[in-house]
Amino acid sequence: MNSVTPSGNAAAFVHRYAGLAGRLPGASIPEIRKLREAAAETLVAGGLPSRRVEAWRYTDLTPMLRAEFREALTAVDEAVELPAKRAERRAVFVDGRFRADLSDLDGLVAGSLAEVIETVAGRLNSIASASQPMVTLNTLLFEDGLVLEVPEGTDAGRLELLSVASGETASTLHPRHLIRLGRGAQLVLLETALSATGARHLHNPVFEIEVAEEARITHVRVQREAESAYHLAHLGVRVAEGGVYDGFVLNAGGRISRSETHLALNGPNATAHLNGAQLVAEGQLADTTTALDHAAPNCASRQTVKTVLAGRSRGVFQGKILVRREAQKTDGYQMNQALLLSEEAEIDSKPQLEIYADDVKCSHGATAGALDENSLFYLRSRGIPAGEARAMLVRAFLQEAVEIVEDEPAREALEEAVSAWWAQHGEAA
Amino acid sequence: MLRIENLTAEVEGKPILKGVTLEIPDGEVHAIMGPNGAGKSTLSYALSGREGYEITGGSVLLNGQDLLEMEPEERAAAGLFLAFQYPVELPGVGNANFLRTALNAIRRTRGEAEVDAMQFLKLARARMKELSMPEDMLKRGVNVGFSGGEKKRNEILQMALLQPKIAILDETDSGLDIDALKIVADGVNAMRGPAFSALVITHYQRLLNHIVPDRVHVLADGRIVASGGPELAQRLEAEGYAGVLEEAA
Repeated sequence: MNSVTPSGNAAAFVHRYAGLAGRLPGASIPEIRKLREAAAETLVAGGLPSRRVEAWRYTDLTPMLRAEFREALTAVDEAVELPAKRAERRAVFVDGRFRADLSDLDGLVAGSLAEVIETVAGRLNSIASASQPMVTLNTLLFEDGLVLEVPEGTDAGRLELLSVASGETASTLHPRHLIRLGRGAQLVLLETALSATGARHLHNPVFEIEVAEEARITHVRVQREAESAYHLAHLGVRVAEGGVYDGFVLNAGGRISRSETHLALNGPNATAHLNGAQLVAEGQLADTTTALDHAAPNCASRQTVKTVLAGRSRGVFQGKILVRREAQKTDGYQMNQALLLSEEAEIDSKPQLEIYADDVKCSHGATAGALDENSLFYLRSRGIPAGEARAMLVRAFLQEAVEIVEDEPAREALEEAVSAWWAQHGEAA
Repeated sequence: MLRIENLTAEVEGKPILKGVTLEIPDGEVHAIMGPNGAGKSTLSYALSGREGYEITGGSVLLNGQDLLEMEPEERAAAGLFLAFQYPVELPGVGNANFLRTALNAIRRTRGEAEVDAMQFLKLARARMKELSMPEDMLKRGVNVGFSGGEKKRNEILQMALLQPKIAILDETDSGLDIDALKIVADGVNAMRGPAFSALVITHYQRLLNHIVPDRVHVLADGRIVASGGPELAQRLEAEGYAGVLEEAA
């Protein structure tokens, strides 16, 4: 790539790759080198998506593309302050890189991607598709990530995955997390993405998650990054017969945040939960995009996504459900609801059902509205001050999504994030 | 003492209350009866400060405090309680959390110590027993999935916990069977005493057999057109509104 002068809107990233290529993990592995070169070519040829691309119609990346970031892999803040533990085991990434000194993976088959890159080279982009823009960008620059195997029949319990962006001028972080659950295995993965300072950064994580027969993963993502941050996540998930992916994504930070999940139910009787909530205030945009592929019969999918918008803010929900011809007896449910606390807030909602099987049960719905005046008056007539009454109703609106999360520490993490958000933005709302 | 003087109010620019004057001394229960469209619900909302009910004139004083200057929550703290004709369902707001938040909000403004979850449960359970309410109603969302009777009992439970100085019961009897009506009436009667007064708004006399009022007023076309003792309610039940209204005209 060094010979090419990059152009187009992703030039800065390609240029950065050219400078870093020899230092990124897997630099000496031809297979990985090839993946990265291909990603560079894709970005040079097509760039990162503009709003002309249908899937990115509502989420304009221009501010991120115009922003300047510090070079990756430079010195990081060693003394970063971490939040209290929510699980006994935790994997900590600071500025995209695994910190063994801060992590505790006792008893788990887990470690840093950079360290075991040779053994997992063949798995990269096997679940997440290289044609997805955020996967392409991550492929170009991934510097580390969590590699986790939960062996057949074992319950790995709860693991916290903590990602912290530190420093005054933060960089771009592109972690690649590879997670595999063997037959009948179980895991609760509680992920938190934070910024140690208010500095701008780009966090572009890609997950590749494989759930084998009868295995079950609960994956709760709590994104609470700085208001100047860009968070562009891509989750590739594959679920085999009888397996369960129980996911929840909270977007509660960042100037632009998008969490995009592509999940395939590949075996019969598999289940997917793609729930979530988004909290946006002045100047922010949050986007939950999902593509759910029902590729086998007798599978169930559930999706409840709630968005609360304050000030001049934008919310996006795009939910595609594909039910293939062979996916008979599919049971699908999708609901997305937006609560607009300001007249200047905007929600774009695009449910998209494509059904080719003839014996299925699929329902979906979307609502958008302001706080109910009747409810507000009822609470106030009982002596509850207006601000507190509004907070109760906002929390109640989110509750329907949050209460689906069964894992208590995960639910607490979500509730705490909601409270923190309201404490910061509720007054203005 | 609640003193309403020459109160006028509009809804969407349309005058509904056209000069209501009424005094309810401490310890008394008054009833307001009247045909549909007389302004009964407007009066209850105007008193409790609901948006969209614009006061165009007159005054309302509760023990000398000007209610009309206050926000709805301040009126509640001052001792006013409205039992809704149609209690609102609040999915996602637990009934216990709601009741305790309301109780503590009011206690705070009265300078009383807040009650913790345990103290609250003890308080609530005792009241609920009196109202024959199953305990799981505390765990459910506010009024969510409640029957008509359960919703009204929940209103009375709130009244019993918040201990208002004056309660307005807006058609609390509508949609109640006779057993539920008795429970609700017992709940109100249990509150009666020198420091509590009530304004019972109803279309029918039935409720007044169980909550016997000190005074009965007839509201028609936005004004009180007749007042009397409990016998006035019986006369209305027997003769209908027409006769009383004609006499007043």
